[in-house]
Amino acid sequence: MKRIYVKEEWCLGCHLCEYNCAFANSGMTDMVKALRGKTIYPRIQVEQDENGVTYAVSCRHCTDPVCVKSCIAGALSKKDGVIEIDHSKCVGCLTCVLVCPYGAVIEDGSGVAQKCELCMKNSCGAPACVKGCPNGAIVYEERGEAE
Amino acid sequence: MKHYVIIGNGVAAAGCIEGIRSVDSEGSITVISAENHPVYCRPLISYYLEKKTDLQRMNYRSESFYKDHGVTVLYGKTADRIDADARQITLNSGEVLPYDALCCCTGSSPFVPPMQGLDTVQSKFSFMTIDDTLALENAVMPDSRVLIIGAGLIGLKCAEGLHNRVKSITVCDLAPRVLSSILDDRCAALMQKHLEKNGISFILGTSAKEFQGNHVIMQNGAEVDFDVLVLAVGVRANTALVKNAGGSVSRGIAVDDACRTSLADVYAAGDCTEYHDISSDTVKVMALMPNAYMQGHTAGVNMAGGQAVFDNAIPMNSIGFFGLHCHTAGSQREGCEMYEESDESHIKRLFVKDDRLTGFMLIGHMHRTGIYTALIRNRTPLSSVDFARLKIEPQLAAMGSAYRDKVLKGAV
Amino acid sequence: MNFYPEFEVVRNDSRCIRCRVCERQCANEVHWYDADGKVMLSDESKCVNCQRCVTLCPTRALKIVKSDCRLRENANYSDQTIKEIYRQAETGGVLLSSMGNPNPLPVYWDKILINASQVTNPPIDPLREPMETRVFLGKKPEHIARNADGSLDTKLAPQLSLSMPVMFSAMSYGSISYNAHASLARAASALGIYYNTGEGGLHEDFYQYGKNTIVQVASGRFGVHKDYLEAGAAIEIKMGQGAKPGIGGHLPGTKAVGDVSKTRMIPEGSDAISPAPHHDIYSIEDLRQLVYSLKEATEYRLPVIVKVAAVHNIAAIASGIARSGADIIAIDGFRGGTGAAPTRIRDNVGIPIELALAAVDKRLRDEGIRNNVSIICGGSVRSAADVVKAIALGADACYIATAACLAMGCHLCRSCHTGKCNWGIATQRPDLVKRLNPDIGSQRLINLMDAWRHEIKELMGGMGINSIEALRGNRLMLRGVGLTEKELEILGISHAGE
Repeated sequence: MKRIYVKEEWCLGCHLCEYNCAFANSGMTDMVKALRGKTIYPRIQVEQDENGVTYAVSCRHCTDPVCVKSCIAGALSKKDGVIEIDHSKCVGCLTCVLVCPYGAVIEDGSGVAQKCELCMKNSCGAPACVKGCPNGAIVYEERGEAE
Repeated sequence: MKHYVIIGNGVAAAGCIEGIRSVDSEGSITVISAENHPVYCRPLISYYLEKKTDLQRMNYRSESFYKDHGVTVLYGKTADRIDADARQITLNSGEVLPYDALCCCTGSSPFVPPMQGLDTVQSKFSFMTIDDTLALENAVMPDSRVLIIGAGLIGLKCAEGLHNRVKSITVCDLAPRVLSSILDDRCAALMQKHLEKNGISFILGTSAKEFQGNHVIMQNGAEVDFDVLVLAVGVRANTALVKNAGGSVSRGIAVDDACRTSLADVYAAGDCTEYHDISSDTVKVMALMPNAYMQGHTAGVNMAGGQAVFDNAIPMNSIGFFGLHCHTAGSQREGCEMYEESDESHIKRLFVKDDRLTGFMLIGHMHRTGIYTALIRNRTPLSSVDFARLKIEPQLAAMGSAYRDKVLKGAV
Repeated sequence: MNFYPEFEVVRNDSRCIRCRVCERQCANEVHWYDADGKVMLSDESKCVNCQRCVTLCPTRALKIVKSDCRLRENANYSDQTIKEIYRQAETGGVLLSSMGNPNPLPVYWDKILINASQVTNPPIDPLREPMETRVFLGKKPEHIARNADGSLDTKLAPQLSLSMPVMFSAMSYGSISYNAHASLARAASALGIYYNTGEGGLHEDFYQYGKNTIVQVASGRFGVHKDYLEAGAAIEIKMGQGAKPGIGGHLPGTKAVGDVSKTRMIPEGSDAISPAPHHDIYSIEDLRQLVYSLKEATEYRLPVIVKVAAVHNIAAIASGIARSGADIIAIDGFRGGTGAAPTRIRDNVGIPIELALAAVDKRLRDEGIRNNVSIICGGSVRSAADVVKAIALGADACYIATAACLAMGCHLCRSCHTGKCNWGIATQRPDLVKRLNPDIGSQRLINLMDAWRHEIKELMGGMGINSIEALRGNRLMLRGVGLTEKELEILGISHAGE
């Protein structure tokens, strides 16, 4: 399946992906209205290592997803390879945050868990982080499956 | 065609069903469900009281789950006996069910220590099941004074759930601190302060001496009047079936990494079992939902002839009260080093021993904590990562570029 | 003396979401976030108007405008003239500038119009008819002799084959980044044209693009060795550059780091100063020696280009070069760009390429030596129309560099000499270099050339010409507007209406 991968050699650490993500999942049509004066809780996080190398981390859509197995509400599931959260079922226990080895499940600011769903549930159509990256550092492509 | 039987209908059973079906799409699966509900998530009952969920949404799986997985559920029935030699079980209805592989997902039951005068209390409840919860919901009034015996996970979640529905809540516990099973004194004190700020009262370090109707006298002399009593002292693993069948049992049903009991073709998973905790290198009952699912799934795969192990179990808890969240995992081993960061409303305690992270307690820190959990579960040598950076903030950046390449540039 | 900054950063606070992308992306450190006031602040005195922040601002909250705070108006002493005097009074230094001459001197391209066919000699539709844009650069034989079987008897001089009459002109590795070079090399390779190393040598990673590389030999001889010469498809001797005729290049030691110093074969951190002259060239005869030395070194397989700046007596100089054994002459006009040049030289030395090109083409024709050489025209060729006009004025092909930089992201802020190019082109700072992803850069160059090729074909078709060769020197296809008799005479074209 297609997943999001980062090319850290081209990541500029500009953090635009985080803002594009927050906007894409805001349900609003204007970025200013969606994000101005707000703390954002993006589903993709830019990290920087000790050498100044930056890259963005988002859900890996694991073959064997420990978050799905750990969800106490049955709100997380894997459909066609995409790990989704049913927000109506999530009670905000954040067990998924506690178990995700990549730190890719994030509390959304209101106490509920959220994660990258490849922009399949919003109006973006394709991952907003990929579309908005100014330097081609985030790609959405097929790279084979884990053993 | 194989016949699979699962005793119990909780999350471990759901995991077991999904595990079986990941290998065998043909065999028959029969689930013996004592409760008259499809599989739901017990930890959600407090969220139900809090109105963050409802009975419909508490279902762990979709309505068509059993149908989709070809499962027959026998509701309202329990198993009386396992005959491991004959590979059959006898139900309370007298029916006999043969099996090729059996999984015990019998869970646990509330444990109520003998307390003098308890029988004089009219309005008393356990807090384990939907039925307990509905009964409790019925009993509480806006002017109710609630006394909860037990300041553990269940008791406190119950307190939070009832908070907006009743006049007052008092929680008492024999332990000198709240959440004694997962927090140390310092962390517990912070959590207790937060709970008190939200109107929960505590009587700790003592137990009930005598109940007199709606009045209790504590060992330390304190007296409390109440209208509703909730008993949340603790739970005991339901081990009798396996024990009576000659299986190895101590505090829980003994299972190995493949979730096999000592009886041939009998597996067990979930709160009824005891198993190896890699963070403390001890065998214990870890009544935890994520582990229950993973055990169930492991058992299911193995029952169906596949190969699966669950060999990195650790205790872990994510629990929050009134907006303050607490993440704990692993163990605080004897002689471990502790890294600590704290202020008024946050605390971070990381426990390190022999170049491994063995456990942590985090209050108010819940960002990407799974990276810490993975360090415990994977037994990652801390000398192989930049632990100085990790202490400050969980991040993949501290895990080295080889690890990063593996997890970010390919499928995992 | 402190002046009001040249630009103002206008931030529409009602649109700003404090994402701080502007802050992270500005190498000049114009923007910063004030956590106390929760606002973005800026120090405009550092702004070079490169538009990086404007381009990346996700809510279009930013614009950079020219400050209207000016000294008292004076048609003789302009604001800029006065400030330059102040600056020099303060520093005692030569003023430095980058990119091409920005002053309002005449742009002859814009005063030349192209013909189109009507009724007779009808236009050709490039979407329906074949249209040839391929050109060959190199010495052409006066006569062709064939053997009895019809095969060619004449030995042809080595030629460069271009899929279209445009190439990327010299920009050294050092003046521009590794990723800029990678973009140019990959694009040239994909397009079937050439890029030029400039005088910085050829990074070992780019030998693989040798078939599409012109290697330059300049007065500093930086990075020149046998493998280098043999790696390319042609060798260019740089005698001069349009942006700075009469002086050599100067790469500051701060840019001669890592692979740049290795590729140039100079010690790390040392200034790379190219002398004004080639110290072995004081005459056409000397030039001939170098031309033949290079040909000898490469076994006469490669054409040799001699690049000169367009200066006053360019026609005579070109005539000499055409007799020196060179295969190709590249003429660089006074608007040509540079990574750094003294301002006074860039803005006051040299002549317009249009006049130089016309003069050279005419002179070589008059002397009957036009076929000795091909002519490349460079120094601000900005569009497909400029290319077509250049060809009609007598060029075989054009060099573009500023336009190529623009394609790669350059916003012509003319601050290359600071080494802090926010677009990752004219910089060696690793964090800035990585801003130019060659996957994107090369694709944009390819797109630009594809677009130009389509436009060239449209313009050719309109004239009823289906081969670029048939347009070369075809000045009947051009008319001037608003030009004096003298200008028309030099350009060799009639006025519109004639």
